[in-house]
Amino acid sequence: MTTSPTTAPTAEFPLPRAAGCPFDPPPRLRELQDEAPLARVRLWDGSTPWLVTRYADQRTLLADPRLSSDVTRPGYPAAAPRRDTGGNSIGFILMDDPEHARLRRMVTAPFAIRRVEAMRPAVQRIVDEQIDAMLAGPQPADLVEAFALPVPSLVICELLGVPYADHDFFQENSRSLVRRTTSAQERSASFEALHEYLDDLISRKLAQPQDDLLSELAARVPRGELSRGDAAGIGVLLLVAGHETTANMIALGTLALLDHPDQLAVLRDGDDPKAAARAVEELLRYLNITHGGRRRVALADIEIAGQVIRAGEGVIMANDIGNRDPEAFPDPDRLDLGRDARRHVAFGFGVHQCLGQPLARLELQVVYGTLYRRVPTLRVAADRDSLRFKHDGVIYGVYELPVSW
Amino acid sequence: MKVTVDQEKCVSSGQCVMSAPDVFDQREEDGVAVVLTAQPPAGQEEDVRTAAAVCPALAITVVEE
Repeated sequence: MTTSPTTAPTAEFPLPRAAGCPFDPPPRLRELQDEAPLARVRLWDGSTPWLVTRYADQRTLLADPRLSSDVTRPGYPAAAPRRDTGGNSIGFILMDDPEHARLRRMVTAPFAIRRVEAMRPAVQRIVDEQIDAMLAGPQPADLVEAFALPVPSLVICELLGVPYADHDFFQENSRSLVRRTTSAQERSASFEALHEYLDDLISRKLAQPQDDLLSELAARVPRGELSRGDAAGIGVLLLVAGHETTANMIALGTLALLDHPDQLAVLRDGDDPKAAARAVEELLRYLNITHGGRRRVALADIEIAGQVIRAGEGVIMANDIGNRDPEAFPDPDRLDLGRDARRHVAFGFGVHQCLGQPLARLELQVVYGTLYRRVPTLRVAADRDSLRFKHDGVIYGVYELPVSW
Repeated sequence: MKVTVDQEKCVSSGQCVMSAPDVFDQREEDGVAVVLTAQPPAGQEEDVRTAAAVCPALAITVVEE
């Protein structure tokens, strides 16, 4: 087999970020966006999928049903060796319609905007209590452990009806699932442990229904709408997805704001929910913590940007650089909380766009709108060079963020 | 301006409700979008255009009149 010059891989993926620029995507991505918006990259397993770097192309492709999310299809550009699912459902995020739509629709009602908005007072209470607890504790504090992780963990527990007392167990297993260096065996073990835990909770909710999402989900099992395994699988997905994503946005977002004091001042000195909501969209765009890209495999030949993606070829939409595309966002590398960034693709695009985004937005609006007003002297209490970033994570962020006030 | 939603395509993201809460709502049982006012009043056109642009399922059609 010969490889034509246009299909020779131009880079290894993922690409490294520049030293000293923890908030910016790898510089090579910007070059590709300028020069080769569809380029071949080489992955850990030697496969050479397409990397798509422009915002408009990413949206077009993510909305195209000829691209599959089915991780079991040959050609799917996997980020790591696939774990053995032990016969359990792999989760609807890695499936295609119609099965994806059927399962997803089981949990769309609880994430409707007005239902999520009704949780605002509860989220505000959780945020206030966690700030109280942090302020009452020693300095410096690790913002990740003291605040950024407990807030989304408490919120998702409240929504799902999972006892927060078990948080050491499910936080550690969630962390293991999103760590890129976790082996396939470890990942299977974490998934199995969480699946078993959720299955047991579903039993308890069936016996004693409560006013929570897991009870709603459990009630679908005897009605024949959902298998027992799928119910537990959806529970695992929501529990894991509700943790690392929002937690990393809180800690990394705080660090980015502390590095941009004029922008932080917008939130610290104001009390405008609309400004907080705008800030959330801009930080989602600017930080785009899902830095592994949205991944698909083509089911048919697709022509785009002067190239043809052949059926069976992998495609990675690098949404971090998509959100820094000057065609979509003028002066894209500037953090500007005043801009309208709502069209970002930080939650992906198309039918697989993040289900939990209304909840993530609510949590971030309350956090960004509260933390800096209540702790106006918040500052990083560590040598900047000592901060460790999650280059190896499925979700990007900062491992620890020592702060004082 | 006239706005319609294709409920078969809708994936219940709620982005339209977030962008234009006076024009869109979601069905209680599954979060699928519904149009409250097919002819949005003056002053809400830009919100409706944003709603159509951010809809991840491309389920919103806006006809400018």
